[in-house]
Amino acid sequence: MLHRIYAIAKKEFRQLKRDKRLLFVIFLFPVMLLVMFGYAVNFDVKHVKIAIYDQEKSSLSRDFINSLLQSEYFDLVDMVTSEGEINKYLDEKLAQCVIVIPNDLSEKLYSNREVKIQYLIDGVDGNTANIISNYANLATITFSQKFSGEILAVKGVKQYKPIKLDPQFWFNPELKTSKFLVPGLIAMILIVTAVISVALSLVKEKERGTIEQINVSPLSSLELILGKSLPFVLIALINAGIILIASYFLFGSEVKGSLLLLFLTTLVFLIASTSLGIFISIVSDSQQVAFTFATFISLLPSFILSGFIFPIDSMPVAVQIITNISPVKFFLKILRAIMLRGVGIEAYWDQLIYLGIFITVLLVLGTIINKRKSQSA
Amino acid sequence: MNSIEVQNLTKKFGNFTAVDNVSFSVKQGEIFGFLGANGAGKSTTIRMLTGILEPTSGDALVGGYSVMNQPDKVKTQIGYMSQKFSLYNDLTVEENIRFFAGVYGLAGMKYEERKKWALKVANLEGKEKLLTGSLPGGIKQRLALGTAVIHEPKIVFLDEPTSGVDPISRRNFWDLINDLSAEGITVLVTTHYLEEAEFCNDIILINAGRLIAHGNPKELKTNYLKNTILEIESDKVVESMEILEKVDWVGETSIFGNYIHIILKDNTKSDADVREILTNSNGIEVYRVDKIVPTLEDVFIHLLEKDKINAS
Repeated sequence: MLHRIYAIAKKEFRQLKRDKRLLFVIFLFPVMLLVMFGYAVNFDVKHVKIAIYDQEKSSLSRDFINSLLQSEYFDLVDMVTSEGEINKYLDEKLAQCVIVIPNDLSEKLYSNREVKIQYLIDGVDGNTANIISNYANLATITFSQKFSGEILAVKGVKQYKPIKLDPQFWFNPELKTSKFLVPGLIAMILIVTAVISVALSLVKEKERGTIEQINVSPLSSLELILGKSLPFVLIALINAGIILIASYFLFGSEVKGSLLLLFLTTLVFLIASTSLGIFISIVSDSQQVAFTFATFISLLPSFILSGFIFPIDSMPVAVQIITNISPVKFFLKILRAIMLRGVGIEAYWDQLIYLGIFITVLLVLGTIINKRKSQSA
Repeated sequence: MNSIEVQNLTKKFGNFTAVDNVSFSVKQGEIFGFLGANGAGKSTTIRMLTGILEPTSGDALVGGYSVMNQPDKVKTQIGYMSQKFSLYNDLTVEENIRFFAGVYGLAGMKYEERKKWALKVANLEGKEKLLTGSLPGGIKQRLALGTAVIHEPKIVFLDEPTSGVDPISRRNFWDLINDLSAEGITVLVTTHYLEEAEFCNDIILINAGRLIAHGNPKELKTNYLKNTILEIESDKVVESMEILEKVDWVGETSIFGNYIHIILKDNTKSDADVREILTNSNGIEVYRVDKIVPTLEDVFIHLLEKDKINAS
């Protein structure tokens, strides 16, 4: 049995060497995804372009402006000089936010009256707008506190804050998106390359008719599948290593937990991905169909339904149930646990069982369909 | 001794009967021709005999093992080469040989010996590193046969092995088949080319899943077609055929290039009667009318026509 599996695996490596399309999928695709998601998909909003219309131009208003610009969140684009110009900055997207400081700022503040400072935010991208508003709010509160502290100090009263919130972000203290995305990225790259390569390599035999020669040989389907998957699982494992190293250097993400557990759980996930590839190869008859099908089924659910980007808990219940079709969902929980939290198997053993169920269901279903197909005209 | 023993083999796909109660046997070392039109049930039969497809009923012993109960054992006894090229075009000649040798567990000295043999068969000695996809069709076919019997099976199935190959390569290929047979290997071959069927020791013809003729080429020509066959050459081939078709003592008619064959229902009629009809009644100039020994094609056309009438 082993020599037959070895014969197939070796043949597969030799064919891969000459298959440009598959080589591209296996080696260039991961790099593309890593760079695309690592750099382009970034939910951190920094360097928001702002324009300021300072109607007062007093030392107080300058203080306020300086306090805004101290952080890396806001970059001053320009000072607006007239009311009519404000629209221009927003319309032409010269600035994402325009701040209007009224000309009675000092007067009102020193007479203990409330002042309203207007923030005009470009609301087209709701997410970003929200974050800008939060930053601005925070900056303003800080300024107000500092100011009221000074006033009270003048009157000889010590300022007192009843409750102060002290947030501490565990596991990802800087709240960097890339750090949070890397586990999902690894899962996605692995599933896409494994599913496409296994599906294509199996369907190729069908499309070219060489499967007939294999069917009449003493090779069992188990030997065929093992021999065919082995090379791609091996390549995917190497790929996983490369991605880990690359994301360490590119995004500074480290593995906090056990590398051995990471390796073993990755292997389980790769077996799940391979089963999906095998299943696709059974239901499709040409490489074209298999490629489309494999890309669609491995990429889309991994992206949308796995919790990679959109949190599953905030989805409607019906959609939450559908998310179980993506093995990435389970592996992602494991990966985040190992990489970000550094916890042991007690935290995610249930996810491994789900992966096991996923593998069993696909392989049983595939065997049934395959049997039916092979016994038909 | 019989290499293959087929008993009442039947395969149904739903309501459609692809192979209907077929029985025949193949002697060891014989070249056995399996003929029939596309869709007649040839491929289905071969798929059952090679252990890929389970029969609906009946059974066949291939190399002593039942295709119904021991398909895995059957697979160890046979070699198979299909109508599509069964080689990997993106592997080199040597890599193809190595792969199939690996699948059948050949290693060491045995592998070297068989590799040499396969290369010799395909005339590819010294060209091991060529990509298989770049080889001409005839050579590829020889290599495919070489790899199909790399493990020295006792029985080999050739499913339309010569389709799409030039006549000279076809001829060479048949020399190769004869060599295998001389070594005692049983060869079951399906083909479209009736002139190839003449090279077979034994032939069966199936139509619509049923076996309609069985015998060696000589027997087929004498046993199945006792009627006289006339070959006629005239200046108006199509017109002549149309006229003769309507004559009541003429059976099947068929065109062979610029002459026609007619099978007589009444053996007392002769060339004089044909000339009478064509020349005297219709003014067609008849160059010659000869009584001929039937070709296999005549026999098969006759049998298929008869089968069509029986079926309807």
